[in-house]
Amino acid sequence: MKERFFRFILDRKYLVILLTFIVTFAMAAGMKNLQFSNDYRMFFSEENPQLTAFEQLQNTYAKNDNVLFVLAPKDGKVFSRKTLSAVEELTKAAWQIPYSLRVDSVTNFQHTYAEGDDLVVDDLIREADSLSDKDLLRAQEIAVNDPLLVHRLISPKAHVTGVNVTIQLAEKKLTEVPEVAGAAQKLAQQIEQKYPHIKIYLTGMVMINNAFPAASVKDMKTLYPAMFVAVLITLALMLRSIPGTFATLIVIILMILGTMGITGWINIKLSPPTTTVPIVIMTLAIADCVHILVNFLHGMRVGLAKREALLESLRINLQPIFLTTITTAIGFMSLNFSDAPPFRDLGNMAAMGVVLAFILSITLLPAMMMILPVKAMNADSRGSRAMMHLAEFVIRHKIKLLWVVGGSILFLIAQIPNNRLDDQFVKYFDETNEFRTATDFATDNLTGIYLIEYSLDSGEAGGVSNPEFLRNVEAFAQWYRQQPNVLHVNTLTDIMKRLNRNMHADDDEWYRLPDKRDLSAQYLLLYEFSLPFGLDLNNQINVRKSATRFIVTLESISTQEMLAIEESAQQWLAANAPGMKADGASPSIMFAHIGNRNIRSMLKGTTVALVMISAILILAFRSLRIGGLSLLPNLVPIGTAFGLWGLLVGEVGLALSVVSGMTLGIVVDDTVHFLSKFLRARREQGMNAEDAVRYAFSTVGTALWVTSFVLMLGFAILALSHFQLNAGMGLLTSITIGLALLADFLFLPPLLILFGGRTK
Amino acid sequence: MKRLLLIVLCSLLPLTGNAMTPEEQGLEIVREVDRRDTGFHDFKATMTMLLRNKHGEESLRHMRTNALEVENDGDKTLIIFDRPRDVKGTALLSYSHKTGSDDQWLYLPALKRVKRIASRNKSGPFMGSEFAYEDLSSQEVEKYTYKYIRDEQLNSKDVLVQERYPVDPNSGYTRQMVWVDKAEYIPLKIELYDRKKALLKTLEFKSYKQYLDRYWRASEMFMQNHQTGKSTLLTWEDYKFRTGLKSSNFGKNSLKRAR
Repeated sequence: MKERFFRFILDRKYLVILLTFIVTFAMAAGMKNLQFSNDYRMFFSEENPQLTAFEQLQNTYAKNDNVLFVLAPKDGKVFSRKTLSAVEELTKAAWQIPYSLRVDSVTNFQHTYAEGDDLVVDDLIREADSLSDKDLLRAQEIAVNDPLLVHRLISPKAHVTGVNVTIQLAEKKLTEVPEVAGAAQKLAQQIEQKYPHIKIYLTGMVMINNAFPAASVKDMKTLYPAMFVAVLITLALMLRSIPGTFATLIVIILMILGTMGITGWINIKLSPPTTTVPIVIMTLAIADCVHILVNFLHGMRVGLAKREALLESLRINLQPIFLTTITTAIGFMSLNFSDAPPFRDLGNMAAMGVVLAFILSITLLPAMMMILPVKAMNADSRGSRAMMHLAEFVIRHKIKLLWVVGGSILFLIAQIPNNRLDDQFVKYFDETNEFRTATDFATDNLTGIYLIEYSLDSGEAGGVSNPEFLRNVEAFAQWYRQQPNVLHVNTLTDIMKRLNRNMHADDDEWYRLPDKRDLSAQYLLLYEFSLPFGLDLNNQINVRKSATRFIVTLESISTQEMLAIEESAQQWLAANAPGMKADGASPSIMFAHIGNRNIRSMLKGTTVALVMISAILILAFRSLRIGGLSLLPNLVPIGTAFGLWGLLVGEVGLALSVVSGMTLGIVVDDTVHFLSKFLRARREQGMNAEDAVRYAFSTVGTALWVTSFVLMLGFAILALSHFQLNAGMGLLTSITIGLALLADFLFLPPLLILFGGRTK
Repeated sequence: MKRLLLIVLCSLLPLTGNAMTPEEQGLEIVREVDRRDTGFHDFKATMTMLLRNKHGEESLRHMRTNALEVENDGDKTLIIFDRPRDVKGTALLSYSHKTGSDDQWLYLPALKRVKRIASRNKSGPFMGSEFAYEDLSSQEVEKYTYKYIRDEQLNSKDVLVQERYPVDPNSGYTRQMVWVDKAEYIPLKIELYDRKKALLKTLEFKSYKQYLDRYWRASEMFMQNHQTGKSTLLTWEDYKFRTGLKSSNFGKNSLKRAR
């Protein structure tokens, strides 16, 4: 059956090539549907509790995105005529940004003050050009002391200022985000050109969303060419056969086109994690092709005819390649347990790619090799001689190795707790990213991008005016303001206090909460009355007026620290105002939990994959003992890699949580190849354990280190990604694969010799 | 007889369009609208405001309004809140003007104090609704420039469609499309475009009733915000015209007595 299939492929080579091309191109046509996701929420599944909580909060109040222009004048003075003129001009022009609802700046800030019995509501700065030095000084005093402005739109030193544009996307087209970002960038350039003493940085939710596709495209431009060059060089060196290299390259290209095409057909959106797929599957496809080509070229060298050499190579490689394809695919599919959809996509796409690579390498590859002119080259025997030395070394020192390697493994695994969870989403982008540098500047000089929001509930309609409730909210705000790393607290109580003072002729004595319910309610009405275009009370108070939104802005701190602050806030609420207890919600809180959630879900996924893979190995090897023994070299690399990471880096997060499942399927391949050769020697040739180890080293040793090298190289190239999620994932996977090779060469053989069972 | 002639002339406007520019035509239309609504002197009415957000959550506000026609200037209006209970008695007095900012005073009963509010801001939301202050204050001819666009049918009524452009630089709009009933010269629908010239809101006038055999008032005004998904339904009831209100009923001190 198998033989007939392979003969068909070799004899109908042109037909096979034509068919594979037609089928792959049909798949590749789906690439026209490919689109980049540009919404940070892509990292959260619909059932994610933190996302649900945040969406609920947004539904109660307002669901907005924003663009923040951060203006840094070179002379460090915001309150100068020329800088304020620029702010004024930018404020006016920013209303033209698509989907904008409102623009806020120090110039159009609705400054409210008492003038005798009049209440004056006016722009803080109007016609900046004509202001006197005294006016400027006065405006600066007001701005840096207003809780609604300082640390939000003006720095305490008044050296940097912000213009915030509230954006309400229609959420109908994927082009909305780049449209807004493009308009903002153009506007920033215009202002910079007209006012060369000002440098403008762009941040905010729209800009972060826009940065995702930008980072992906940048990665594609730098990483893909690097990968192709690396692949060509390695292949040429390993195979020493130009036709073989050429055929492999064709297989790789078709496989990538096919995979990306299916991705388009089934409408998976591209995201930074899935842009790594071509590189991941490229390295895995090489392994398949190399195994077939190495045996084929060897057959040619020992004098077989081309057709016979191909048939023989296919015959002996079908089972191991099939087996490794299945196990690798299972490993990737375990990513479906991840809570972050982009990694599910990554897993499914890679699994498709691996299967496609398998099919192409047993059809298109041999068919092409039949056509291409192949000459038998002299063998390079250095590699296999080195392998024999290694085998002797391992056998001689088996007991010592078991202790030394076993000890090192335990030591490294003990280092796993050194890893701290951290998912600061700004740091997903490296420092070459414009969004990252702009946001770093903004957080260093003006405001924070990490927020915690609460919806504090009074429990009754109209209850936000209840004096007792307001006192509790104020106490909560005071508590928060005393916490370290807190930049700003946005609370309704500040507005109430300001209005109370305004209504009492700006007497500071009256900067306190109103003590009667109807008075607070009437202040709210007054406040509503004074709100400018694009703002309404609903940003801060729900429709029933039973709850208010409370926003804390934090400095750039680790997600651990953020969760710790939130935790103590919960304790404060429970102790002091149990009635208004509410969980903090925000994108930062969502990212703070995502690492933990993913590690837990991926632990499940990896376990399921491990059970399935072990079952497959036990069946394939028809030995419970060997299958069970294989668990060790399959698990050790992941444990030790995380331990090594804990020693060297110490920070893990979302991306690294998926490494275990992903690498499991890959590291199993080496074990499969080694074990299958070991068992063949024992069963078919009746060798003892030590000889069987020698046989395994001599037959697959070279292939193993070569394919491991290609894989390490491929994932190491990912480490160059400008997107830290990809870089970290690539680096840790690369380390894991390296450690897997060490485990297969230094740890598995002693285990097999000592515990591998007796000769039958 | 003179008036009839005018009506006939005006309804012929589109036909004689060649003689007038669209701007002149637009101005003619709005002058006729204004002419027909002049002379009511004063009215009282109750007003219910139903605010609804994107997710269907609602809140209701009840108020009363008194209005006095002022010759050659905008009207004087007094709005008194009845419900929710904790704002009962809160009153807002405003003198709208043909040009420049309006004068406004607010009375907070809990504070027993009248405050004049000096603000250029007329584009802000009216009491948390989707109506801006400028949507509700009296519609004076001088507040816009006009352009006649076309004749068409709206809900099987003949209408004149015109555009108007706010004169006040503090307006939140760049342009409004107005559908004017061709028979009665009353607005049926207004589309409001924001500063970036995108459609922001649509205002629909429903259930018009005629008072004193002359003045048409819509019983329902429905404002839909297309960008935020929020809406406000303003329901007018108990219209009473020529109730004998005088200028003295609209003085600063009238606020305290308003409840």
